[in-house]
Amino acid sequence: MDLTLLLPLVLNGLIVGALYGVVAMSFVLIYKASQVVNFAQGEFLLVGAWVCWWFLTDWQMPFWMGFLFTLAFMTCFGIILQVVVLRPLIGEPVISVIMATVGLSIFFQALMKWIFGVFAKPFPPIFSAQSVDIAGLQVQPVYLLSLGISLFIMAGFGWFFTASKHGLAMRATAFDQQVAQSLGISVPKVFAMSWAISAVVSAVAGVVVGVVNGVSSALSFYGIKVFPAVILGGLDSVVGAVLGGLVIGVLENLAQYLDAEWLHWGNMYAIAPFYALVIILMIKPYGLFGTRNIERV
Amino acid sequence: MSAMTPAGDYRTSYRADMTIMATRNSRIALALGIALACAAPFVLDGYMLDLLVMIGIFGIAALGLNILVGFTGQISIGHAAFFGFGAFASAYFHEHGVAVVIAIPLAGIATAVVGLVFGLPAARLKGLYLAIATLAAQYILEDFFARAQWFTGGVAGRMTESPTIAGWVAGRPESFFYVVIVAVILMFGAAANLMRTRDGRALVAVRDHYLSAEMMGINLAYYRMLSFGIASFYAGIAGALYAHYRLFVSVEAFTILFSIQFLGMVIIGGLGSIAGSLMGAAFMVLLPEVVEGLANLLTGSAIDRALRLGASISFLREMAIGAAIIVFLVFEPDGLARRWRLIKAYWKLYPYSH
Repeated sequence: MDLTLLLPLVLNGLIVGALYGVVAMSFVLIYKASQVVNFAQGEFLLVGAWVCWWFLTDWQMPFWMGFLFTLAFMTCFGIILQVVVLRPLIGEPVISVIMATVGLSIFFQALMKWIFGVFAKPFPPIFSAQSVDIAGLQVQPVYLLSLGISLFIMAGFGWFFTASKHGLAMRATAFDQQVAQSLGISVPKVFAMSWAISAVVSAVAGVVVGVVNGVSSALSFYGIKVFPAVILGGLDSVVGAVLGGLVIGVLENLAQYLDAEWLHWGNMYAIAPFYALVIILMIKPYGLFGTRNIERV
Repeated sequence: MSAMTPAGDYRTSYRADMTIMATRNSRIALALGIALACAAPFVLDGYMLDLLVMIGIFGIAALGLNILVGFTGQISIGHAAFFGFGAFASAYFHEHGVAVVIAIPLAGIATAVVGLVFGLPAARLKGLYLAIATLAAQYILEDFFARAQWFTGGVAGRMTESPTIAGWVAGRPESFFYVVIVAVILMFGAAANLMRTRDGRALVAVRDHYLSAEMMGINLAYYRMLSFGIASFYAGIAGALYAHYRLFVSVEAFTILFSIQFLGMVIIGGLGSIAGSLMGAAFMVLLPEVVEGLANLLTGSAIDRALRLGASISFLREMAIGAAIIVFLVFEPDGLARRWRLIKAYWKLYPYSH
């Protein structure tokens, strides 16, 4: 066993996994509040990263300003999507809702390719690229920053859902829409807000990935990788989403390690999470922390 | 649907209630339609026939997906992978000495078996869980295509030959068109009949209320898997036809976008409508042509230069597919089939529409 290779892989897995966790959280947020499975989550990252890139390069804004503009844009983007596309579909069967988000996904993927081209473009340098020494490992500061941002967002979610008024309203809506409505919570507002928050948080993750790897349509694959994470954690559990993201992040790096050392199958990094997904669905479809849906007649 | 029949059109026996073609006129219309289609190769050019062949092939695959999504209420985002499996299976069988005419149904059966394996989770899952499981199936099968060189030819892809029946080679669109017509009639006829049998009605019951269906003695796991198997069979047949029409199967062809296109056909045509599957396929095949035509109209104009239409035609097509799916879901959730019924009813009931 080559431990000098294994340790950085696990660390890398945790950093990427934390990002998966963030995206998974914003996915769970939408699902919890409005019972919509959002297949366009990856496109939120994509749109957010491209818009931020556009502000920074074409408009020559400083990073903090472009970033704030991106967040404002994504807020409007999320609300508009919810109002225009998802609101008319309330009460339709789950297949229609899934298909609508799938349609959104390919629409925005193609739109971004049309506007910004198919090639990956790097962000303008934001930090001095001097690697930091942690326990004998050389780590790029952007990775540390990405880990920090992920932890910050997770803490923010924790505060939002336990202490803030809007977060409590959202949890009440997720628990029972009719009861929430009779208590004076505006359910349409909660839906719109959940989409806005989800879009903003995903865009932050998108910008972070864009700063590290450059912006390209590969970003939307994060939206697909989210599924193993949320299924593992349980579709309606925020804690489960974070944990699932971390596990999947480490898993794909370990799969790559196994593959490179012994199996030599190739492509395990991309495909291992999906094998895990099928196995989880067979054994425990409600995940680690998900609510078990018991049906009585 | 029965509300659309004109006043005075009563069914007096179970036999009359169960016929596929309710009236004499509809039977005549069907016969005329088939005769017209058979005459098409004498009138249309190769390009138009090519489009018609694609509509037929995709129509068969969409029908399979419609049996799964529209009739059983299960969802699959991995249909293109099964379509691709059928294509590779048929090419593989043919290379090992099986005649194309036999290789195509064999490929259908092989795909049905693979579909049943991936349908195992489908027996327990429904709705969004199944959607996610089939999404995984899509990526796993795509990865398998790229990996299994003995089966798919790897990155280079696999060449095949045209179907030959007693010395007659269906190589060009003009001749392959007849192969597709026969396949379409067989497959659509089979589906229309399936929906009249006990099994077909059980599928609809599972869709409408699965708890009630289970209480009435319908084995949910069995019928969910059966429906998955049938859908894969249709996808396999369509994929095999595609392989022997294009004569080359590439590993990269069967992406998730392709799967979404099949779902789009089903939704645009109309969930739970057999004829709608063909309409949806026609819409999806013709939509890119229309988009390209519109883009060509604008060639050289200021809009073209500003938006780089010519260079990004493939993105425009993808956007059109996504937009069409959303627009139909929001404005016409029952698809083209409902529109078609409304038009028919309008003429049938004219001028007393109530």
